[in-house]
This record gives sequence, structure tokens and C-alpha cells, in this order.
Amino acid sequence: MTSAISVDDVHFAYDDEPVLRGVSLSVEQGAFLGVLGPNGSGKTTLVRIMLGLERPDAGRVELFGQPAETFTDGTRLGYVSQHSTDADATMPVTVREVVTMGRYAHAGIDRLNDADHAAVDDALERVDITDIAGRRLSTLSGGQRQRAYIARALASEADLLALDEPTVGIDADSLARFYDLLGELNDEGITIVLVEHDIGVVTEHASTIACLDGELYAHCETSAFLESDALERAFSSVRVANAHRPVGGD
Amino acid sequence: MSLDRSSLLRSVREEFLVLGILAAVALLSAGFIVAVFPTLYSLFWSSTCHSFEVGLGAFSTTWVGQQLSTWLGLSFDPWLVCSGFLQRGFTAGILIAITAPVVGAYLVNRQMALIGEALAHTAFGGVAIGLFVGAAVPSLNYPLGFALVVAAIAALGMQYVAVKTDGYADVPIAIMLTGGFAVGVAIISYGVTFSATVESYLFGDILFVPFENVQLMVALTLIVAATIALTHKQLLFITFDREAARLARINVWFYDTLLIVLTALVVVAAMQILGAILVAGMLVIPVAAAMVLTSSFTRGLVLSVLFGQLAIVGGILSSAHWNVATGAMIIIAAICLYLGALAVTSLR
Repeated sequence: MTSAISVDDVHFAYDDEPVLRGVSLSVEQGAFLGVLGPNGSGKTTLVRIMLGLERPDAGRVELFGQPAETFTDGTRLGYVSQHSTDADATMPVTVREVVTMGRYAHAGIDRLNDADHAAVDDALERVDITDIAGRRLSTLSGGQRQRAYIARALASEADLLALDEPTVGIDADSLARFYDLLGELNDEGITIVLVEHDIGVVTEHASTIACLDGELYAHCETSAFLESDALERAFSSVRVANAHRPVGGD
Repeated sequence: MSLDRSSLLRSVREEFLVLGILAAVALLSAGFIVAVFPTLYSLFWSSTCHSFEVGLGAFSTTWVGQQLSTWLGLSFDPWLVCSGFLQRGFTAGILIAITAPVVGAYLVNRQMALIGEALAHTAFGGVAIGLFVGAAVPSLNYPLGFALVVAAIAALGMQYVAVKTDGYADVPIAIMLTGGFAVGVAIISYGVTFSATVESYLFGDILFVPFENVQLMVALTLIVAATIALTHKQLLFITFDREAARLARINVWFYDTLLIVLTALVVVAAMQILGAILVAGMLVIPVAAAMVLTSSFTRGLVLSVLFGQLAIVGGILSSAHWNVATGAMIIIAAICLYLGALAVTSLR
């Protein structure tokens, strides 16, 4: 079976500031990959490159066996980013409208059909926001908004779901349910890429871990990762040490 | 904002389909406005005029009608719907109040409200070129056609700059706004003979709408309606979450270009009533009023059109009543609706 994601010797820099250096990894279909690393380690950039939202300066990225930049099947990809959009604080848009956007790649320029509406209802139900489906997104709490975005990704019925710190703002009670949901989706065969700050949460749920700080420190089964010193090395790299160096003084 | 042109190649079939359907709609609209619309138009207005004559005549003899006439000095003359120039003005106005708020709903929520203003000023440059050419070659005396071409080119130019600079920045918009206007003023100052006509394009003039411009408005309204019916989902998705739309492999570059060209068409159409200076108001104010009252974008879209209609009818009637500029009264009516919407929201 072809890999869901294949990243080969990827380099990326923002304005000559290197972010990723020679990163190579592959994610098998049906895998649950946790991405760990300190702040500014390039986790978000790596996920965006994997999804074809950024083009690497060098290296190859494939999605389901096709080069990411020419991968056209948007119905196979779902993404929940770490921050909300600019528009969600001002634009009048209901939770249902947001979740329905998850079906737009399926519909193209055709009208949404019964199956699309059923998928939206199902996604709302799954993240338990059916009761607020008619409410304006900007009136909701951060956690409720984030659940709407997760429901949108679910409604798209994607094969690959990438989540970049999706639980920011979600209350503690909902967290356990959210990770159970991710586990269920993974059991159903959906490939999951999860970027999280909380090392404990990631290692508890992910089957494989990628640990990076500009370069890849480890990419292996979670159990092997926990026995390695990759985490310690990534979090004590020169870049991290410099980032935490006190400013001023003698 | 990242505008990835290679995405154009990815979903090229859908885009060709959209363009093909719109080309067919444009052809059918052209046939409709030439062959069918003039008959429909005269039938509609002659029957409306007749109904008003009968209805107002009967109303003026009632007690309420007599009191209104005595105390408020209201006359019940049906000239507002029976005079040819106001029939053309009303028709054009009502069509503008459909197309402008619909396109404006996407622009306002993308923080692109000033794009319409910039395109209107550029279109004014096109009007000036058209008047100049028309004065030299009478067979080409169709300034709105020139405005349409110039505004569409300006829209594509703006889109090109947006791709190059990663967004619709203030500075290129300001340069285009003043630049287009400067070209217009320069040309007008060279040939001073058509200053009255120029004024009507600057400030709008409901008495000035010729029938061929009403026909053009009908065609544009049909094209805008077809575009929105076909691409509402894509435009809404990009408006709300550009990044997620790119992930869904929606061709953001194509739909951005479509929206900005559509804006240019609407602005040119609305210019004849509202004028280059006021035209952006119809794109923005009814939408702003609707957006504070509703939770849903789709309901907001419908409400924007409703507010647009109220502003047009209110503006035309008040301008006739007080004998002041129609474009100005339309915008003032729209602002009153906006303030009313804010008041209703604050009372909730």
C-alpha cells in the first residue's frame, strides 16, 4: 500500500531563517502519528508542507503517492489548525454553515445532496454540537469554535486528518472525549497526524512519534521513542538553549 | 495569504466548466435583453402605471387620502411610476440593489470594502476615455462600455498585484483609486465640452439612465446571479477560511479573480445612478446593516438585498420629494437602515 504521506529530504526557510533541514519520514495509511518538538521547531510548517499548503525549498513530498503540489483530491484531506480564522470573530456564519464547508470539496459546483447533509448532521452529532448548530460562530467560546472546526474536518470524511494543537481552548471534560474520538476515527482506518504540546497526551494516543527541532530527532514507534533520548535531545538543542538565553545583563 | 497559481492547473476542469456556463449565460442574456426584455419592460411598466393611476385615484377620494393631502400636502400623482425616466431609474436601481449587496457580502467579509471604491474611480477614467473617443467617433459613443473594459482590466491588474504582494494591500488600492481618477480628470480637462455628462457619472443621475443602460443592467444582473448560484460555496469558503479552501483544493486564485471582475461589472453598472464617488456605499452599507442582524451568512445575503431595495426605493422617493440628488439620498437611506440595525442589535 502506498504511504499516506511521504516526505523526502525536505528543507524549508522563512526569509533565509531555516525552519526544516533535511526532514524525511513517511506515514503509512491508517497510522496515528504524533509530532512533538519545542516551540518554533517547525512542527506546524512540516504539517503544512505535508498537506501541500506550503512548498518546500528542496525535497519531495507525496500525498497518497502523488506529489503534494499537484494532489487534486481535496476530499481526502482534513485539517484543524491551531488558531481560528480572522473571519470567525466578525463574519456572520453559523456552526452548521462552517461544518457544511467540509462538504464543498465533494460537491464542487453541484448542489449539496442528501448524503452531504447527512454527513454534516453526523459530524455535528459526533462532536456533540448539534444543539448549537444554528448559533453564530463568533458568539461561541474558543473550545466550542474549535469543535466546530473539528466537525468540519469530520464532515469532509477525509482519509487523512491533520490536527495542529486542536485542543487549544477546549475544556478538560471535553479533552478525553476528543481523544477517544480521534482513537475511534483511527480505528476506522483514518490516518491521523497530531501536533500537540502535551507530550503525555501524544505518547498516550499516537502509534508512532516524530520528534523534531528543525531536523528530525526521531521517527519511530511510540514505545521505542519513550525508551530513546530523542525528546531530551530535541528540547535541549542549541536553538532551544539560545531561545531561552536571558537577554541583557553582562 | 498565499495565492498559489499552480492551483489553477490542479482543478482546471471545474474552472473551465464555470467559465463555459457563464459564457453561455452571457450569450443568452444578450439575446434576452435585445429580443425579449423591451417587450416585458413596457408591459410591466404600462400595467404598473395603470394600476397606480386607478389605485391612487381611488385612495385620494378616501378619508385617509384626503387627510394626508390636507395635512401633509401629499399629492397622489402616479408620475413616479408613469414617467419614462423614473421607470428606467427604478428598474436600474432595483437591479443594482440586487447585484451590489450580493457581491458586497463577500467583499465586506474579506475586509475588501474599498476595492469597489478603487474600481469605481478607475471606471470613471474609462468613462472619460469613452466620452473622449465618443466625441471624436460618434459611432463609439458608449462611455459605459469603455468603463466596463477599463474596470475589468483594473480588476485583473489589482488581482495581479495581490498575487505578487500576497494580499490586497492598502497602497496599491490607493494608487489605483487616485490614478484612475487622475486619468479621468486629465482627459476631461482636455475636452471641456461634456462637463454635464461627466457630472452625472461622478455623482450619479437617475434622470440620465438611457434604456440601453437598463438593458446592460439586466444582462449584468443575470450574469451575477448565475455566477453566485454556481460558485457561492467556493466564494463563501474562501471568504471564511482561505487556508481550508486551499486544502480542499479549491482554486483560490480563480475564484478571487472571478469575484474581483464581478465587482468591476457591478460597480460600472451602479455608477450611472450612484456615481463613481458613492458607488461603494451600495456594496458595503446594506451588507454591514444585514451582517449585524443575522447569525447566518446566507440569511445575511438575502437581508442585504432587502436592505439594498429599501435604500434604493427610499432614496428615490425621498429625492423626488425633497428634490435633492438621488445617489446621495440612496446612500443616506442605506446609512439610516444601518443605524437602525445597530439600534436593534443594541436593544437585544
